[in-house]
Amino acid sequence: MKIAIKLPFALLFLSATLASADPSPARIKELTHFVRQECGFCHGLHLTGGLGSPLTAPALHGKDAETLIAATLHGIPGTAMPGWAPFLSNADAHWIIHALKTGFPK
Amino acid sequence: MKITALLAALVLYSLPATAEPLMATGDLGLIVERATGSLLEVNTTHARILRRIEGLGDLSHASMVFSRDERYAFVFGRDGGLSKIDMLTGLIVKRVMQSGNAIGGAISQDGTIIAVANYTPGGVKFFDTDTLELLAEIPTGSKVVGIEDSTDNRFAFSLWENKQGEGEIWVADLSIDRKNPKITQFPNIGKQPYDALISPDGRWYVAGLFGEKGIAVLDMWHPERGVKRALPDYGRSDPTLPVYKMPHLETWAMVGNLAFIPGVGRHEVVIVDVSTWQQVGVIPVAGQPVFVIARPDGRQLWVNFAFPDYAKVQVIDVEARQVINTLQPGKAVLHMEFSPRGEQVWLSVRDGNRVEVYDTRTQKKRAELPALAPSGIFFTPRAHRFGL
Repeated sequence: MKIAIKLPFALLFLSATLASADPSPARIKELTHFVRQECGFCHGLHLTGGLGSPLTAPALHGKDAETLIAATLHGIPGTAMPGWAPFLSNADAHWIIHALKTGFPK
Repeated sequence: MKITALLAALVLYSLPATAEPLMATGDLGLIVERATGSLLEVNTTHARILRRIEGLGDLSHASMVFSRDERYAFVFGRDGGLSKIDMLTGLIVKRVMQSGNAIGGAISQDGTIIAVANYTPGGVKFFDTDTLELLAEIPTGSKVVGIEDSTDNRFAFSLWENKQGEGEIWVADLSIDRKNPKITQFPNIGKQPYDALISPDGRWYVAGLFGEKGIAVLDMWHPERGVKRALPDYGRSDPTLPVYKMPHLETWAMVGNLAFIPGVGRHEVVIVDVSTWQQVGVIPVAGQPVFVIARPDGRQLWVNFAFPDYAKVQVIDVEARQVINTLQPGKAVLHMEFSPRGEQVWLSVRDGNRVEVYDTRTQKKRAELPALAPSGIFFTPRAHRFGL
């Protein structure tokens, strides 16, 4: 699935700057559970895809991180992907995407 | 005297060699432990765990159907695994990897054919229930959703998106030749059908649409009349409104002429008169409903919810059309299953690592069983119903 989202420049700037601080270890534990369980409904517990596209490191290889972060926070119009901004901070989304791209923890 | 001794000898002789008591399967069930790829076999009369069955692969979003004798379960795993389980022994009798990524399946009216819907590669495969031998295969070029069994060994299913980005409904008829399904295609039924149901009598196949409003309805008595659109206002009222979990349609609750269906992205249960396919009301609830299931007598509906309201379950009185109780079983109630006549309901509480059993009359908890991140709960009486 192609991800084509035009983002306001300000938002890109925000997520890039705020994300410099990693979430706390406790938050990372929550986020790991969150991705495996909630994202797993559509993307699979093992992130190999389902109704949603696969989120494994090879599947995300070469995809722009900022675009993926924006998709995580704001959804992808025209698809079933919702925006998770009410529950995730920019730093959370930044951590999730980088973790997915490098192989997500169990 | 002699006769008594002879009788005693006969009775002794006819006892089975093992100490295992004879057991029936009508009050058994399986609970999916999604993270560990295992199943818990349970007895619903005594609210007891019999055993854990392991080695089922990826069970995220797993579902299953039962053989008509209620002895075997056919489990559909996300990784394309199809496993046949003997409820009497808890053993995996047979297991085949039939695709790369599957979403669910169904069993034929006569109980001899299993159909599996696949995402990757998109299509449907049919297997013999005795041997799990492949009977036939239908490539679709699209993710397949909402596969349902109907009368006359027919299966209906939907295509999420064809090459033109449109949804389709297909019917496969295996009544004449199990190895050569007769396929009827209904193109352009609406955008992104995401799940479907068949009415309890096997007649109405209904697909929910994610990409636009409305539903697509096919009369299995008269497929020649084609797919009709209904409920023009049903669906996402606002496309920007997030839907955190797709509602399930497989168990749309039907009570008399009324169907009670989850509002998509809305905090409501929608009431539909199926004699006219018109929306006749809504019931406000505590979140985005995932499952709306009717107690077998049709007097109550039990509703669970999508993230972030999934710690709650609400009970609706059908006559009053309102919520009569809100339960707080805890985070992530993923599924609910009634006992055959509905005096109890079982809830899976994922993050609590337990299954809770409620008395539906008092709505009080009467048992709690430990389970590892449980999701789907499936009881054997499903064997005798269409579309489960």
